[in-house]
Amino acid sequence: MAIHFTLNGKPTTLDVNPNMPLLWALRDTLNMTGTKFGCGMALCGACTVHINGEATRSCITLVSSLAGKKVTTIEGLSPDRSHPVQKAWIEIDVPQCGYCQSGQIMSAAALLAKTPHPTDAQIEDAMSGNVCRCGTYNQIRQAIHRAAQLQTGGSKSANGTKDAAPVESAEQTVDVLAGGAE
Amino acid sequence: MSAVTTSIDRRGFLKTGLAGATGLIVGFYLPVRREVFADGAEPSVLNAFINVSPDDKITILISKSEMGQGVVTSLSMLAAEELECDWKQIRTEFAPAAKVYFDPVFGMQGTGGSQSIHSGWVPMRTAGATAREMLIAAAAQKWGVDASECHAENGGVVHTATKRRLSYGSVAEAAGKLTPPTNVKLKDPSEFKVIGKPTKRLDTPDKVCGKATFGIDARRPGMLHAAVLRCPTFGGKVASFDASRAKAIPGVKDVIQISSGVAIVADNTWTAFQGRKALEVTWDEGPNVGASSESIFKTFEERAQKPGVVSRKEGDAASALASAVQKVEAVYRAPYQAHATMEPMNCLADVQADRVDIWAPTQFQTPSQGIAANIAGVKPEQSFVHTTYLGGGFGRRGWSDFVTDACEVSKAMKAPVQVTWSREDDTQHDYYRPASYIKMAAGLDASGKPSAFTARVACDSIMSWFFPGSVKNGMDSSSVEGVSDIAYDIPNILVDYQLVPGPVPMGFWRSVGASQNGFFSECFVDELSAAAKKDPYEYRKALLGKKPRHLGVLNLAAEKAGWTKPPPKGIYRGIAVLEAFATYVAEVAEVSVDKDNNIKVHRMVCALDCGRVINPNIIEQQAMGAMVFGLTQTLKGEITINKGRVVQANFDTYEPLRMNECPKMEVYIVPSTETPTGMGEPAVPPVAPAVCNAIFAATGKRVRKLPVRPEDLA
Repeated sequence: MAIHFTLNGKPTTLDVNPNMPLLWALRDTLNMTGTKFGCGMALCGACTVHINGEATRSCITLVSSLAGKKVTTIEGLSPDRSHPVQKAWIEIDVPQCGYCQSGQIMSAAALLAKTPHPTDAQIEDAMSGNVCRCGTYNQIRQAIHRAAQLQTGGSKSANGTKDAAPVESAEQTVDVLAGGAE
Repeated sequence: MSAVTTSIDRRGFLKTGLAGATGLIVGFYLPVRREVFADGAEPSVLNAFINVSPDDKITILISKSEMGQGVVTSLSMLAAEELECDWKQIRTEFAPAAKVYFDPVFGMQGTGGSQSIHSGWVPMRTAGATAREMLIAAAAQKWGVDASECHAENGGVVHTATKRRLSYGSVAEAAGKLTPPTNVKLKDPSEFKVIGKPTKRLDTPDKVCGKATFGIDARRPGMLHAAVLRCPTFGGKVASFDASRAKAIPGVKDVIQISSGVAIVADNTWTAFQGRKALEVTWDEGPNVGASSESIFKTFEERAQKPGVVSRKEGDAASALASAVQKVEAVYRAPYQAHATMEPMNCLADVQADRVDIWAPTQFQTPSQGIAANIAGVKPEQSFVHTTYLGGGFGRRGWSDFVTDACEVSKAMKAPVQVTWSREDDTQHDYYRPASYIKMAAGLDASGKPSAFTARVACDSIMSWFFPGSVKNGMDSSSVEGVSDIAYDIPNILVDYQLVPGPVPMGFWRSVGASQNGFFSECFVDELSAAAKKDPYEYRKALLGKKPRHLGVLNLAAEKAGWTKPPPKGIYRGIAVLEAFATYVAEVAEVSVDKDNNIKVHRMVCALDCGRVINPNIIEQQAMGAMVFGLTQTLKGEITINKGRVVQANFDTYEPLRMNECPKMEVYIVPSTETPTGMGEPAVPPVAPAVCNAIFAATGKRVRKLPVRPEDLA
């Protein structure tokens, strides 16, 4: 039975087993691999997406539950890395391996949508479901505070960041032959 | 792999028998070539680290695996320093598997041992300088002037007298036809413009929008997805299986036996997982079904009663112990640890008649290439390794078992197949950090100074698993590193090792032997300071007079932590200092323990000396990440064995530290002009002893086994 919903602003139809978790429909059916598989049991948050604006673990969210809903994934958060959370993540240089970061960013964006200026305690409450084995937690906390500033029009650089770097980060294309490119 | 002769050096890593691999490797090819090249296939384009295209894009080929440690950025910085290009021109690609990319220490292409910066320090700068000189020569030829009249500047060549300028891209093709110079001069460090400067990571933009491609994200037209059901007991195998229920699931394509178990092949990952649940397998559980953590530690304890193979002997420790004024003895133990990379093991393989391609999050390309070639029945040069980003490595991806899975299934299916492990597979079929048992003793003189130190380690050997037959005479230095190299000025030392083979697969785990031995030795030294009634920092300091780099980080950590000032009420401090992979790290932990013995780490102060700094941002990231990793092993992580299998399965039972448990962390770098060394691992080992020594300060109780749990303090 086909399920109709909105994915990153576009009307989308999924004709898969309705018991398939959204995570696998995104990754294997729709070929949108930005949302990551970490545990399959909502224990790590790597698969976090927004459903009607709520941070949701897509690994335990069945496709059958999506009818008429609005789903946003990391690919749809902004077209050009311009979401305040993404900008803050780049400014603070949060990721290490980066695998959990789609989920971290989606959780952070959902938090800031409801709580524009979260305290450290509110950040911990919203983010402790997202595991980062590389240990970027303090950078994440710092970047969420920075995103809160950016979101409300702040432009002053975050305290304690080393943004005085003489060499800037260039946009990168690390070609790993994804999607059949040769 | 078989072509490489190996021996084990004192770090437990490999030295090559290939003469060529230790020589200076300089790479250069122009203009862009997109062919994947392997050993011998295209000799004229081997030795390639830098590639300049006519549109002025500069591609740095990264021969190391990026697993978060920042090599994409830091290796690019080394090349860019000499290349004199605009940082914005730089692109990176992961290098294919080829001999030119062998690490001189490993004798193969691979990433580990916090080695990438150390082994890339000269070759990457030389590659940049060689490229620069060729571009200058090409421009000079075009102008009809002598190359000595020209210089490189900001991505172009300038004729110094006339200020004429040609961009690198415009002379790239001509430069590529020149013979590379062999004696380029590298900059004096006083001229560095890139090295040492805080520099943003090149991989961050792709990692904030879901665009970075990890192994699990690799896609090929017509690919299938597979999951493997493995025997839960180590050493077990398939006796028989009934695939009828699995095959009845729509989307399941086939069920096949492979060397690691039974593979369910489907048109998507979820269906493969569903098929696995429906599969009925009868296992031959093998000889290890009776093994448990208790039985394994009991064997360690028994073996530790008898002398082992000596790894360090100085003076006469037995006599000095016998005549000591005071004797301190202790037994410590550490459990198995899983790597728990956030990206579970996976690989996409496409086995064809005359070639095999793998898209793999591998740390060791050469073994991955060889394994794929063997399974496909092709020559190594027909085996193409496409290294992806790694969603964490920590040593786990030094093994290529996931490559074996994917190649065997692809070969059987005659199609590209991606094998994806579940979290449970990943936790229960790891190559674990060894569980270890140690008996230590020390004698103190009347002043409390140690006159003798003895330690006997009993555990399994990583190298015996990684290179069967490589461990001669029962000594694997990786089993004793972190205790055998104890840095304190002690006149009589005896460290020996009982290699205890066991059923649990062993692997390199972030900081390897020092991850447990650092806990043992640095907690024991703390016990000595208490027995001597001395301050733990002052006690260490007095014994490190001959070790300036240990002393440098120890003093800096103590100073920054405010060691000599009392901590806030209810907070207690512990300190530890260790060298690992030639990087020196001291850490101070600030800890509280409440009335129910709940432990909270409030602050970690880290001081480190990794030689010359390449990128302070990445050093700070790595030190903080390593401290979080170390806190997980100190407070939470434990793999236990029951009935020959791993008890833990997912993040509810093997739980990494979470944000609400993460302390405030500070990182301080000792300035140095020494050759740079790595930062991926060395900040892990001091964490456990610093925290456990702080727990002693808080409670008067010694923690002699990890992880420390509230009930152990009752």
